[in-house]
Amino acid sequence: MELPVSAVRSTSRWLPWHVIVVFGFLYLPIVTLIVYSFNGSGVGGFPPRNLTLDWYRMLFADDAIWESVLNSLIVAVTAMAISLTFGVPAALALDRANFPGKAFFRRLVLLPLILPGIITGLSLSMLFHDSHVKLSLLTIVLGHGTALISVATTEVFAGLQKLDRAQEEASLDLGANYWQTFWRVTIPNLRLSIIGAALLIFTLSMDEIAVSFFLIGRDNTLPLEIWGRLRRGITPEINAISTIIFVSSLVAIVSWYRLRTNAENPEVTV
Amino acid sequence: MFSRAYRTAITLPPLLWVAVFLLVPYALLLCYSFWSVSPSQTITHSWTLDNYRELFRVNVYLQTLFRSMWIAARVMIFSLLLGYPLAYYLSFYAGARKDLFYQLVIIPLWVSYLVRAYAWKTILGSDGVLNTLLQYLHLTKHPLEFLLYSPFAVVLTLTHIYTPFAVLPIYAALEHIPRNLVEASSDLGASPLQTFWRVIFPLSIPGVLAGATFAFVLSLGDFLAPLLLGGPSGIMISNIVVSLFGAAYNWPLGAAISLCMLLLVVSLLFLSEKLEKKWSFR
Repeated sequence: MELPVSAVRSTSRWLPWHVIVVFGFLYLPIVTLIVYSFNGSGVGGFPPRNLTLDWYRMLFADDAIWESVLNSLIVAVTAMAISLTFGVPAALALDRANFPGKAFFRRLVLLPLILPGIITGLSLSMLFHDSHVKLSLLTIVLGHGTALISVATTEVFAGLQKLDRAQEEASLDLGANYWQTFWRVTIPNLRLSIIGAALLIFTLSMDEIAVSFFLIGRDNTLPLEIWGRLRRGITPEINAISTIIFVSSLVAIVSWYRLRTNAENPEVTV
Repeated sequence: MFSRAYRTAITLPPLLWVAVFLLVPYALLLCYSFWSVSPSQTITHSWTLDNYRELFRVNVYLQTLFRSMWIAARVMIFSLLLGYPLAYYLSFYAGARKDLFYQLVIIPLWVSYLVRAYAWKTILGSDGVLNTLLQYLHLTKHPLEFLLYSPFAVVLTLTHIYTPFAVLPIYAALEHIPRNLVEASSDLGASPLQTFWRVIFPLSIPGVLAGATFAFVLSLGDFLAPLLLGGPSGIMISNIVVSLFGAAYNWPLGAAISLCMLLLVVSLLFLSEKLEKKWSFR
C-alpha cells in the first residue's frame, strides 16, 4: 500500500509536524486530567505541586459517586439487553423480511444517533410526562435502550452480510425448528458482531448525558453526578474518577481487541 | 427459505418497540410545537401556529440559532483542517504504525465527552493551567480572561471532541482509493501536489462530506459545552430549549425550536447524502 518514494517526498515535510500537533491537541486535556488528579493544590496552577493520592482517598470514601457508578452500570447493562433484544431481530428483519415502511424504519432507528441528543431526550420526556410515568432510572434505561438499538442493528446487519445462509438452511433441512436454528446456528455465527455491539452500547450508555439529562429522576448516573458537581465547584476528585474510568475502558478495549484478533486469525497469537 | 411466521417473529417486536418509544415521542414533539401554554401553566391542546410566529418575531431565537450555526461551522472547518492532513498521513505515510496511529485517534473518544469539556475548563480558566503556565514563564502578567467563558472556548472544546469524528470517515475514504491511480498519476508526470489535488482529494470528498456533517450536526445541538465554558456570549440554541423546558416552562415553544433544529439537521443529512453519492466513484 505504500507509495513510491518519488510521489511522496516533497509534500511530506510539514505533514509529520502537523500530525504531532494534532495528537498533542487531542491528548493535552487527557494528560492534564490525569496529572492534576495527583495535584495537591487543586485543579489548576502550573507547575503541579504537592503530589498526593488524597483525591483518590477522598474519592473512595465518597458514597454518592460510587452509588452513581453503580446506577450507571445497572443502566448500561439493562440498556444493552434491551438494544440487543430488539436490535438483533431488527437486523434479521432488514436482511430477510419485507415489510411496509422498511426504508423508513431503517432511517428512524438511526435518528437518535444522528440527531442532537436534546431532541430525543425531550421527545421521550414528553412521552413519559404525558403517560404519567415517573422519571427514574427506568426511564433512562428505556431511553438508552431505544436510542442505541441502531448500534446493534448496524453491527449485526454488517455481520449478516458476511454470513453463509447455507448453515441455517442445513439446520432447517435436518429437522431443527426456527427457534433451535436461531439459538444454535444464527446467534453463534453472529457472536463477534453481537459482542462488539454489546461493548459499544455499554460504553455509549455509560457516557450518555444529553438524553439522560431529560429523563433523570432522583438517582444520578455517573455523568449526571459529575455534571452536578461541575456546577457546584470543582475538585481533582473529578480528575481521579475520570482517570479510573479512562484506565478501565482502555483495559477493556485492549482485551476486546486481542479477543477479536485471536478469533479472526486463530493461528496468530498476540 | 424463511417462513412467514419466522419473518413476523423477527419483524414485529422491534417494529412495535420503535413505534412506541421513538415514533410516538417524535410525533409528540411535533404536536407540542402546535400547542400552547395557558396562563395557569397548563398545556392547551388546541392547534395554533403561535409558537412558530413567536420564533420568527423575537430576535433572540433566530440570532441564537445563527450563532449556533456559526459556532458549528467553525468547529466543522477546524476539525477538517486538523483532521484531513492527519487522515492523509495515516493512510499514505504511516506504514507499519498505521494501526497504532488509528487507535491513537480513537482513544480520546473513550474519555467521557463531559470530562473532556471539564478538562478544557481546568486548562483555560483564569487560574487554570494555561494562564498559570504563561505567568510562570513570565509571558503574561495577568490571566487572559478571554480564554474561558467565550465562544472561543466552546469552539476549541467542540473541535477537540469532533476532530476524531472527522478523521475516521476521511481516513476510510482515503483507504479506498486504489493506489495504482496515484502511481499512474505520478508516472504520467504529475507533481505530487497535482496528484493530490487532481486525484486524491476529489476521491476523498465523500469522506470529507461525512466528517463535515458529523462535526457540524453534532456541535449544532450541543448544550453542555456552552453551559460549562461558553459564558453569556457562548449561549447556543439548545441552551434556550433547555431553559424553556425548565425554568421558563414553555414546552410548546421549546418543541417548535427543537423541530426547526430537527428539520435543519435532517435536510443537511439528506443534502450530504446526495452530495456523497454524486462524488462517489464506485
